Amino acid sequence: MWIYLTKRIVGLLPLLLVISFLSFMLVRMAPGSPFDKERAPASPDIERTLREKYHQDEPLWQQYLRYLGVARESDGQGGTRWVRGGLVQGDLGPSFKYRNHGVNDIVAQGLPVSMSLGLLAFLFAMGVGIPLGIYTALRRGQWGDHIGSFFSLLAFCIPGLVVGPLLIMGLALQWRLFPVALWSSPWHMVLPTVTLGLYFSGRIARLMREGMTEAMKEAYVVTARAKGLSESQVVFRHALRLAILPVVSYSGPLLADLLTGSFVVENLFLVPGIGVFLVNSALGRDYNMVVGLALVYAVLLVLLNLAVDLTYGFLDRRVKLS
Amino acid sequence: MSLIVSQAPSTERPPAAPPSLTPNQRAWRRFWRNRPAVLGLFWTLCLLVLVLTWPWIAPYTFEATSDAQFSPPSAQHWFGTDVHGRDLMTRVIYGARISLLVGWIGALVAVINGVVWGASAGFLGGKWDGFAMRVVDVLYSLPSIIFVIVLITTLEGFLRKWLVATFDAGPAAVGYARLIFLFAGLGAISWLNMARIVRGQVLSLRQRAFVDASLALGAHPLRVIAKHILPNIFGIVIVYATLTIPAIILYESFLSYLGLGIQAPMASWGSLIADGASQLNPIRVYWWLIVFPAGMLVTSLLAMNFLGDGLRDAWDPKGRSD
Repeated sequence: MWIYLTKRIVGLLPLLLVISFLSFMLVRMAPGSPFDKERAPASPDIERTLREKYHQDEPLWQQYLRYLGVARESDGQGGTRWVRGGLVQGDLGPSFKYRNHGVNDIVAQGLPVSMSLGLLAFLFAMGVGIPLGIYTALRRGQWGDHIGSFFSLLAFCIPGLVVGPLLIMGLALQWRLFPVALWSSPWHMVLPTVTLGLYFSGRIARLMREGMTEAMKEAYVVTARAKGLSESQVVFRHALRLAILPVVSYSGPLLADLLTGSFVVENLFLVPGIGVFLVNSALGRDYNMVVGLALVYAVLLVLLNLAVDLTYGFLDRRVKLS
Repeated sequence: MSLIVSQAPSTERPPAAPPSLTPNQRAWRRFWRNRPAVLGLFWTLCLLVLVLTWPWIAPYTFEATSDAQFSPPSAQHWFGTDVHGRDLMTRVIYGARISLLVGWIGALVAVINGVVWGASAGFLGGKWDGFAMRVVDVLYSLPSIIFVIVLITTLEGFLRKWLVATFDAGPAAVGYARLIFLFAGLGAISWLNMARIVRGQVLSLRQRAFVDASLALGAHPLRVIAKHILPNIFGIVIVYATLTIPAIILYESFLSYLGLGIQAPMASWGSLIADGASQLNPIRVYWWLIVFPAGMLVTSLLAMNFLGDGLRDAWDPKGRSD
């Protein structure tokens, strides 16, 4: 078990190296530079000074080594020294757009907000999706199933950029039940959570319905019935354990997605998370920010997938971790 | 209780088909019996006809402005008008044309990419398989939006220069060029699932006796792929392609919301919803600007998902997992 865990965590390092290299090179491939202004490029003098300050005048491989923190630079007295900071020390470097801010600062400020919004949306999606999925699976082929399945598919077809404006128009502007935007009290969190979570609740309901339908065909469910257990005991104590596996394996990538923020929801409700930064940094060629956020996403994804595998082994003892 | 268990499968099973039916015919039969799926097909076809014939029956063109700004739905303008007094119904149907085109061609790109990658990995096996699937894993852990933004802006730089230099193209042609980047960008992020599914299928087909026999008789591997492997995965590929189309349309609407999608005066459902969302204000609620484009988007996605689900249930009854 511990060997397995260590192996998985160590296996993360090469992936991070590949991701950092790929995103580092990809974002530099795109035309334009972080120092371009809206209209004309910055004046040549300013641009040269900026490029020097951020070491953009060095060859690409040296910039990458500097980013990793394994490069040597001249110390101004004829000798050389190791560069300060760098990825090996957990430093994601300075932001090119928000001068005087490190990527670490911005992530530290925005990530908790995005994570709490993402977690709320995840809980909402699970809270709606799982019961709906179980209900439709148990009523398979009946009216309850048809109506429930229709709604889960409908949720799956309405993106956040439709739900958000509709909720703002109806519940915030027309009836003034909820605040229109911002992120300061639990009351402010309701609309963003629903906007972000609704789409995924439909997906989870569909996965849950299929899982439950399959689980109810298992021999041990028939045995549990034959023992004379009540229907709710059969469903919740025996079938659910197996039926929830598809939802569990989907929830790894889903959580990684939700925790790193959503551009649409953060933009619509002015939530100060990092989802907006991810898009804007890629658009504005804020090189370090793009690489840093890609790394945050990759770490979260790998750790959550690991958690999913562990949960899998716990729920279905037939699965061996290796 | 046990009585119900023993009866349930027998009521669900279709009446035994005469042995003369091919698996394909039986699948079609299952499909036509699925009412929501047939309805979805019908709605999609209606939409297609409407979109194709609209230029001849429309009373307005999609760029025609008028003095009637923000007029609510009326006899002249069934869906109302927008900020420039353009007829919203015409724009929504014109937007359908772009959204459907992006969805279908994007799905085509994703399918070709995914089938080539997945089939070669599954068929050749060994080192190439390991490498190919590692690439898919790495791309999975890179936030797709970074990839899309870089791809679209890089391609745009090249293609725009090339168009202007070779054809002396005007802004209209450059606007259409945007469509091509959308196809490429959306196809480039949607093929990963397809590659995994196809690889799994090919791996199991590769073990079958008829493939071994064919190879033993000296058939060229390419011939085996074309003659034996591809026809066998055709059904499942079509099924997942149908489910990729709505996903790509959703992603396009997200890109349009970012301003990376279709550019004015052209329109897609996504850009129309984004325009509507930008007109949100507490003083006057222009609900029609969001409700009509969103309504068309949601009903069409619903229809295509019903269609895709129906195809999957008919052709791939075992492989149900989103």
